[in-house]
Amino acid sequence: MDAVFLARMQFAANITFHILFPSISIALGWVLLFFRVKHLRATDPQQKLEWLRAYRLWTKVFALTFALGVVSGVTMSFQFGTNWPGYMERVGNIAGPLLGYEVLTAFFLEAGFLGVMLFGHRRVGEMVHLGATFLVAFGTLMSAFWILALNSWMQTPAGYEIVDGQFHARSWLEIIFNPSFPYRLVHMVLASALTCAFLMIGISAWQLLKGVATASASRVLRTGLIFAALAAPAQMVAGDFHGLNTLKHQPQKIAAVEGIWETTRGAPLLLFAIPDDAARTNRFEWGIPKLASLILRHDPDGELKGLNEFPSAHPPVLPLFWSFRIMVGTGILMLLVSWIGLWRHWRDGWDFAKMPRPMLGIFAGMTFAGWVATIAGWYVTEIGRQPFIVSGLIRTADVASRVPSSSIAVTFAIYVAVYLALLAAYVGVLKYMAETADKKSYASASTDLAGDPQEYQRRGEFA
Amino acid sequence: MISMSFDELLPLIFIGLMGVSLLVYVVSDGYDLGVGMLMHRATPEERDTMVASIGPFWDANETWLVLGVGLLLVAFPKAHGLVLSELYLPTTLMLVGLILRGAAFDFRVKAKADRKVMWDRLFIAGSMLASVCQGWMLGRYVSGFGEGWNYPIFAGAIAIALPMAYALLGATWLVMKTDGPLQDKAIEWSKIAWPPMVLGLILISMATPWISESVRVRWFTLPAIIAVASIPITTGIALLAVRLLLGSPAARGGLCWLPFALLVLVFFLSFLGLSYSIYPFVVIDRLTVWQAASSPESLKIILIGVSITLPVIIAYTGFSYRVFRGKTIELDYA
Repeated sequence: MDAVFLARMQFAANITFHILFPSISIALGWVLLFFRVKHLRATDPQQKLEWLRAYRLWTKVFALTFALGVVSGVTMSFQFGTNWPGYMERVGNIAGPLLGYEVLTAFFLEAGFLGVMLFGHRRVGEMVHLGATFLVAFGTLMSAFWILALNSWMQTPAGYEIVDGQFHARSWLEIIFNPSFPYRLVHMVLASALTCAFLMIGISAWQLLKGVATASASRVLRTGLIFAALAAPAQMVAGDFHGLNTLKHQPQKIAAVEGIWETTRGAPLLLFAIPDDAARTNRFEWGIPKLASLILRHDPDGELKGLNEFPSAHPPVLPLFWSFRIMVGTGILMLLVSWIGLWRHWRDGWDFAKMPRPMLGIFAGMTFAGWVATIAGWYVTEIGRQPFIVSGLIRTADVASRVPSSSIAVTFAIYVAVYLALLAAYVGVLKYMAETADKKSYASASTDLAGDPQEYQRRGEFA
Repeated sequence: MISMSFDELLPLIFIGLMGVSLLVYVVSDGYDLGVGMLMHRATPEERDTMVASIGPFWDANETWLVLGVGLLLVAFPKAHGLVLSELYLPTTLMLVGLILRGAAFDFRVKAKADRKVMWDRLFIAGSMLASVCQGWMLGRYVSGFGEGWNYPIFAGAIAIALPMAYALLGATWLVMKTDGPLQDKAIEWSKIAWPPMVLGLILISMATPWISESVRVRWFTLPAIIAVASIPITTGIALLAVRLLLGSPAARGGLCWLPFALLVLVFFLSFLGLSYSIYPFVVIDRLTVWQAASSPESLKIILIGVSITLPVIIAYTGFSYRVFRGKTIELDYA
């Protein structure tokens, strides 16, 4: 097979696997800080204990998630070079510093304080521990900041000049705060908030369904619902702004997302279609008249450019068309479930014991809804940039690896096997931790000594 | 050298930074990879203690690899493409090793109890795979990716020697961080790993000049030989001291940190020797640092970041080692 195609598939497999974990940990770091602060501020011993239990279970989830994020991230840092050597040779002057700053200001920060955050309770004071938790959460967010700055720059390049085929930085402010960056950053952070919220909702609902929940599961579920009910509409608004921004800078991406071949006024919003790249038309088209124009132009008769205006330089239509619908569909579902769930919970007098089991089942079924939406969203973004690696400037095919395609095929197979096995293990262990959380390590939770090294020393548990 | 402009100096600063991050990586991830490999000789209870001894650190240790490779990518993009294309398969296998190891580290305590043995095996296998691949990559790199019958033998020898060095480093780490029966075992492991590591180091020191003309010229010409001879001599003394200490009761008591510290010194000296052999190339006999470097304006931008963040990183790394100083206790998320 074609080496470029294989290199792309391999990189796609890796970023797909990688994004699963940051999409949880970016938000979960802050949730842990929230749980910890709630635990510290609670005056009622029962509440204190519940927040502590929540904190402990979700710290484990965080540790596991973070570890998988790290190992797949390390892999990715190598694949920039192994799969796209020409990319770094041409835009290294711009991509390099952004990646460098990510490692220096974010990666080290997370890794440096993670040990203290996870295992340091017996050894440092409460404030130091809270500080470490904050820095891990902050580092994770910083990581997203730099990576999205680079990713956005590849979508909407700015602040550069080209000398002898090499890119040079002209203005770092323009490079970092390029036209699509603010939208992308907000969209990703909200995606993480939703992914994390639905993980909390789903796992707690599962615990309630299985009868293994303690009172802390209800607290986590409620926190997740409120969190999701706030983030979902915010995400819709952010997504709309992001779409308008994309229309301005990458109209070919929007044309593919909407499945519009010819430039049209009053374009319909297609709910179903099978775009056919070869015939340059859609089959089985079914849509709502004028709605796409209304959404994108805020005018039912607004004009939308069609794909035929970008011959040979527009992204593949079918994957984009459907990825976008999966993302938006999942998003709408998350909005409905979180609102209906919260309303029902309020009506039940904030008592999950009265929540109907089918509702809990829906919650549990949507545990990984955030992953579906996030991955679909990333595909819209990344496939939507093709055939370019830097929009309109460098073609992906021109910078791919010179490694023989057989080598890429072998390593691709190895990666996919390892990733699938780890993904299965991750989900399996989450389930196991959810079901056994209380039996396993909470027996001593009522005599919590966390954050009080003196108490440990008194008890002689601390060498 | 003296009349060098700042722009010409920049690539040298960056090769230095890259070297230092790779040295820190080799020492820090070296001891935790070593501990990982030694776990196949330990009982289940001992394994828990061994993992606990590296638990708070492994993540930050691995970050130095990302920084080292990141700097190669950022500062020497041409060399990065060349090196990683040459080392494509071993790099992938190393990454698979690191992935399995990092995942197993966290899974082993969270999965069902009957799965723990499997995760432990993956942890051990991942540590070995990553170490062997790193040895192979080092061997290929040092010999300038040469073609011929002798080169694979050379790389193969280092692929065995480097894991031995990691095992010795890991064993002395355990001598420092544990006590009781596990410490006794760690001393035994150190004694077992010492001869092959020393042998490997001698072989590499002999083979490198044999395999590379430019290295031979550099080391074995007067008067340089007199000046640089201090490196192998000090290394030899340090290695002998490690062996003597391991045989004495002091290694169990107040001097338990000294074998590890001496080995770090050995790694540092080997690194100096290697740098001396390679300078001013990024890829021996093919690309000099100046040929491979990015534009000065990009390097300056990163240098500002490095100058500000590196001291901070060193400070909080030191803080973390201080928090978890002393003998290892059980890890939990209390």
